[in-house]
Amino acid sequence: MATVEIRNVRKAFGPVQVLHGVNVDIADGEFVVLVGPSGCGKSTLLRMLAGLENITSGEIAIGPRVVNNVPPKDRDIAMVFQNYALYPHMTVFDNMAFSMKLAKAPKEVMEQEVGRAAKILGLEALLQRYPRQLSGGQRQRVAMGRAIVRNPQVFLFDEPLSNLDAKLRVQMRAEIKELHQRLRVTTVYVTHDQIEAMTMADKIVVMNGGHVEQVGPPLELYDRPANLFVAGFIGSPAMNLVKGGPGEGGFQAEGGAVLPLPQSARGEAGIYGIRPEHIQLREDGIPATVVLVEPTGSETQVVARIGETPLTCAFRERVTARPGETIHIMPEMGLVHLFESGSGRRLAA
Amino acid sequence: MSATTASAWTKPQQQANWLVRLFDWKPFLAFACLLPAAGLLLVFLTYPLGLGIWLAFTDTTIGRSGYWVGIENFQYLLEDPLWWNAVFYSVFYTGIATIGKFALGLWLALLLNNHLPFKSLLRAIILLPWIVPTVLSAIAFWWIYDPQFSIISFLLVDKLGILDNYIDFLGSAWPARFSLIAANIWRGIPFVAISLLAGLQTISPSLYEAALLDGSTGWQRFRYITFPMLMPILAIVMTFSIIFTFTDFQLVYAITRGGPVNSTHLLATLAFQRGIPGGQLGEGAAIAVSMIPFLVFATLFSYFGLARRKWQQGEGND
Ligand SMILES: Nc1ncnc2c1ncn2[C@@H]1O[C@H](COP(=O)(O)OP(=O)(O)OP(=O)(O)O)[C@@H](O)[C@H]1O
Ligand SMILES: [Mg+2]
Repeated sequence: MATVEIRNVRKAFGPVQVLHGVNVDIADGEFVVLVGPSGCGKSTLLRMLAGLENITSGEIAIGPRVVNNVPPKDRDIAMVFQNYALYPHMTVFDNMAFSMKLAKAPKEVMEQEVGRAAKILGLEALLQRYPRQLSGGQRQRVAMGRAIVRNPQVFLFDEPLSNLDAKLRVQMRAEIKELHQRLRVTTVYVTHDQIEAMTMADKIVVMNGGHVEQVGPPLELYDRPANLFVAGFIGSPAMNLVKGGPGEGGFQAEGGAVLPLPQSARGEAGIYGIRPEHIQLREDGIPATVVLVEPTGSETQVVARIGETPLTCAFRERVTARPGETIHIMPEMGLVHLFESGSGRRLAA
Repeated sequence: MSATTASAWTKPQQQANWLVRLFDWKPFLAFACLLPAAGLLLVFLTYPLGLGIWLAFTDTTIGRSGYWVGIENFQYLLEDPLWWNAVFYSVFYTGIATIGKFALGLWLALLLNNHLPFKSLLRAIILLPWIVPTVLSAIAFWWIYDPQFSIISFLLVDKLGILDNYIDFLGSAWPARFSLIAANIWRGIPFVAISLLAGLQTISPSLYEAALLDGSTGWQRFRYITFPMLMPILAIVMTFSIIFTFTDFQLVYAITRGGPVNSTHLLATLAFQRGIPGGQLGEGAAIAVSMIPFLVFATLFSYFGLARRKWQQGEGND
């Protein structure tokens, strides 16, 4: 187990700058999730950690050692690839034992170590199968088994669940999390799915266009997004972001609506953010016209318009209103987020 | 589409005549469709092959249709030192040339699979020896191996001064044998290299990355990943290569005509020599037919070598 420090790391492929100075500190045993839209450089950063891409500038340290010039095999890390990268011509056992075979470990040690990993992952019955003969979820587990057998300092996962169906994904998510709680190995996990990030991470690193937008525990990112990008990216359904400015009796939206502003709100607020789940149905609320009603069972998502401003709301109550009818809604004052319109930075509130 | 329109319109019952019904009958249709291809195969493949085999059992000479003589031709061949010589050289030629082609072809393929500048240009150049007509390259080799004008001798003797005398490549048995093998290797490399390159490119790069993280050395990656994954295509290419090399005719006939003193006859050149210039059609055919067991053996090799390996199959094995 080890800490990982990423200091001002940049990456360029030829003339194309992909990472623009990334800083992340990862504590020993921490589960860190790199999340961001497609193409933002998550995989590139992970591969640089693994040593599969060289580092254009900056420093990466694993434990006390700077690994910029350490070849992958000496970094003591294990990686689970998005396509699993199982050796198709080897059985599950041989796949998992491959690293030991290369190191010329004795057969008993291989059997013992593979047996231990297989037991953790419930793969005992599959050891003599070839990857072709496994389901997606089983392959995923073999890939993890191959990593566990190595007893690495750091686990790296690159979108390991993206090839699985929704239900299996939820199950494997829990398994990976449980595995981490059991082994307590420092883990860096890449995903573009913010729900995966929220549910699994001790710490989330939100990336966008080669920059780190915010680093923090999941709930902090949810409660206090540092900027517009994080606000829009974390949370589902996404936060309502309304343009406008402070005016008579509250926040004057461009669409004409007037939304309630907390007392402390400062004058330069240009964007008003409120999460769908933080809008309530209230008799004395602002009248809004229902555009769309989507019951999901546990809650009801409603898109309603105040003037010309559409707001997505998620109510715990069942809503019987139909499109065209009027409901009365009210944002929870204490949970409003305000952002500067130019830079998109959060205004302390 | 809506069900109402479907029920309102019924297909007019066609009064099917016997011809229509015949063509609707699947076995007949299959037979009718296969007929042209089967006919072509019969005329252009089976007939010459059958004729050749039949000739091998007769004492036909040019200008005189022969009589059935049973296995007399073959008995004669077994006592013919020239035939034994040709068998030896065919096997030797095929063996050494195949090893050479695959060693160099695999090496080239591995090289071309890396990121090289001008990669596509290099690949095109590699193909050149294969594109040039065999007879043309044979003539080029003829010059290269010429006792007086050989460029190799010129370089080794006049330029570098390593040797004192010009090499007589084709003048005596062993140098001639190896010279021909070298020419065959040169000609065969592109096929092997390009086929294996295609095989290499089907191997996912992430396997190498996984192996890199698993702590492998370059040799171990070749030994445990590249080679086993290349095996299926290697087996196919090798089978073809062995068949083509064993039945080679053009290079040898164009460069040495089997000489000096019949030392470089392959079975194919010997068969031709006996049958056409020598006029002994029956005997020539027998020599040609005597290649069949070797070719069957090569094909069996491919059949077992190619038999889909267990790891390539999707079905469960329990
Ligand atoms: N070998 C390469 N050469 C040039 N550009 C590259 C290379 N690899 C990645 N890139 C570029 O770097 C950027 C980041 O790629 P990366 O694979 O890290 O994205 P990602 O965040 O993992 O996205 P995804 O969620 O789609 O996997 C992309 O714009 C991509 O085009
Ligand atoms: Mg990626």
